[in-house]
Amino acid sequence: MFLLGDEAVAQGAIDAGISGCYAYPGTPSTEIMEYVQASKTAQEGGIIREWSANEKTAMEAALGMSYGGKRAMVCMKHVGLNVAADPFINATITGVNGGLLVVVADDPSMHSSQNEQDSRYYGKFAQIPVLEPSSQQEAYNMVRVGFELSEKYGVPVLVRLVTRISHSRAAVVPEKPDRRKELKLPQNLKQFVLLPSIAKGRYRKLLSSQHVFEEDAAESAFNQLILSENATKGVVACGLAYNYMMENFPEGDFPFHMLKLSHYPVPEQLIRAIYERSEELVVLEEGYPFLEDVLVGLPAKDKPVHGRLDGTLPRDGELNPYLVGKALGLPLEEPRGIPAVTVPRPPTFCPGCGHVDVYKALNVAMEEYGPGRVFSDIGCYTLGALPPYNAINSCVDMGASVTMAVGAADAGLVPSVAVIGDSTFTHSGMTGLLDAVNKKSPVTVIISDNDATAMTGGQIPAGLGKIEQICLGLGVEKEHVRTIIPLRKNYGENVEVMKEEIKYKGVSVIVARRECVRILADRKKKAKAGSEK
Amino acid sequence: MKTDIVLAGVGGQGILSIAAAIGLAAVKENLYIKQSEIHGMSQKGGEVYSHLRLSDKPVYSDMIPLGQGDLILSVEPLESLRYLPFLKKEGWLVTNSKGYLNIPDYPEIETLVKEIEKIPNHLLVDADRIAREAGSLKAANMVMLGAAAPFIQVSEENLEDAIRTLFARKGEEVVEKNVKAFRAGMKEAGEVS
Repeated sequence: MFLLGDEAVAQGAIDAGISGCYAYPGTPSTEIMEYVQASKTAQEGGIIREWSANEKTAMEAALGMSYGGKRAMVCMKHVGLNVAADPFINATITGVNGGLLVVVADDPSMHSSQNEQDSRYYGKFAQIPVLEPSSQQEAYNMVRVGFELSEKYGVPVLVRLVTRISHSRAAVVPEKPDRRKELKLPQNLKQFVLLPSIAKGRYRKLLSSQHVFEEDAAESAFNQLILSENATKGVVACGLAYNYMMENFPEGDFPFHMLKLSHYPVPEQLIRAIYERSEELVVLEEGYPFLEDVLVGLPAKDKPVHGRLDGTLPRDGELNPYLVGKALGLPLEEPRGIPAVTVPRPPTFCPGCGHVDVYKALNVAMEEYGPGRVFSDIGCYTLGALPPYNAINSCVDMGASVTMAVGAADAGLVPSVAVIGDSTFTHSGMTGLLDAVNKKSPVTVIISDNDATAMTGGQIPAGLGKIEQICLGLGVEKEHVRTIIPLRKNYGENVEVMKEEIKYKGVSVIVARRECVRILADRKKKAKAGSEK
Repeated sequence: MKTDIVLAGVGGQGILSIAAAIGLAAVKENLYIKQSEIHGMSQKGGEVYSHLRLSDKPVYSDMIPLGQGDLILSVEPLESLRYLPFLKKEGWLVTNSKGYLNIPDYPEIETLVKEIEKIPNHLLVDADRIAREAGSLKAANMVMLGAAAPFIQVSEENLEDAIRTLFARKGEEVVEKNVKAFRAGMKEAGEVS
């Protein structure tokens, strides 16, 4: 099979006999769920595979399935784990019944993200095993091993992907599928009740498992220590960085001791073995200097440790074979430069996109108040920050547009406006709107509703057709929930509606609804293909 | 044997179809393959690229090492220049000469051509014109695949079979248009180089 890393994870999970896959879309993790959704095996096996409203609800539902004794996988991008951090950390205390695999795709270099946080820290924070594949085949295999570890120790296991694994294809050889598990309650029906008296005991159990997690990592087939006869330098290559190192020595003839590290917690035994044999160490890792930090902090450190912290490698951004080769002291030629004439081509709104009509009208409606009053959010509409629109002043995290507008209004910035998409609204905007209603905040929330989670490819959103009802249910006054159609022909009318609601000194919501043009085009194409058949 | 290819273009120009066709052909020849893609935000009318690595030995890195690419295959001239750091000294730059003008500061086409001509091994192809003549402007990506075929170490027969497989779902007419475009691109490369 020729699979993306994401697809290898999905196929691995289907073959490992999952009964449920839970996720909220986010680059570079989206294709995991999409593959499970498209899988015939998953359909025939009745694997639960609908998108969740956000990563927290996904994590909790997965934990619930695990409670029922079945294998569950939950997938998200790195910042999604921030949203799901509460159930994630607490699931390590409750432990699991059926295997629970948490798959998180990091985005170093921020190709499509707000930061480049390294999820291995979350694994360490949660004190659970972490698996970090260096290839698509390893990604496939690690899912199976991850479920086995999860059930063996009764804890969730974290799989950490990065963009270049998630979105790169390679051949994957699948294994024989496992059977799906039957419904089976936990032996102890109080296991999941985290009252302090119970949680204390559960936490001690987690702590007492730490040394076996580490022993497992020391013996793991995913970790590999190669000590050479005459080498003086040692290289520790974590996850994907192993490939970048090997790319520089395709015949395997590297002149140093090497530790390939893909299974955490950091096995002290292996680290000590390479440290003792080496005069200096180079640490190669995608993301933050997670391991380097540990090594630099060794109390008895008497040998140089090189990596991202001492400038041997860049402190931020992705690694690549060239950077790694340079860090290993190889005589590499300077690559060509990019000609000065090569201007960037940033992403743009699709022709005919409804968000454009929203911003054109909003910019005019806001003219009388001056710039700097529009808070926005995560989605295609974040492109409204770029010229020629320059329409928004924030993009922080899912849902922050609504709550930041509330806070800014508290600070005296009246009126304050929020622009949020429909899927982001149901992800994390609804609770903020409830805050706004309760304090009668003078804010206007524009929900630019294109009936889709469009930026990640048009997944079905949680609020489909229910946005106005949700707003009314949260207590927004009926006469201040307005619906407009963002089309050029409605421009004048839309400006008026916006002006009226922005002027109102309480909470108002404008639902600007028009289907995503891409999804519309796809739907028409499919309909045409259908009628031809 | 290895061929490291940077595929370049603008979101929507069909570079992933080129990647898929080469990938299918390479599978038939039992080569090791890695193919990295760009998904997410940058797809929307922005710069898009894919790294495609074919070899008779296992491939480690998903990304082509800087300065080691054998071929830049671009469906757009400005985009062809963006990935020059990946091209090795004697590598080939094969690009569509027709610009995709969706940014206000798009450079003069003559300036771009001058930069492209600085690369000793380059091939400029008017893929839009050739595709139109072959029956479908949409198939400009297949014209470019044809033009670059001599520099890719898989057989032209297998590439053509791959195109047939890839478009089979869309009906015989689409298949023939794409094959015709591919052949026209190959012919153009034969005449120019």
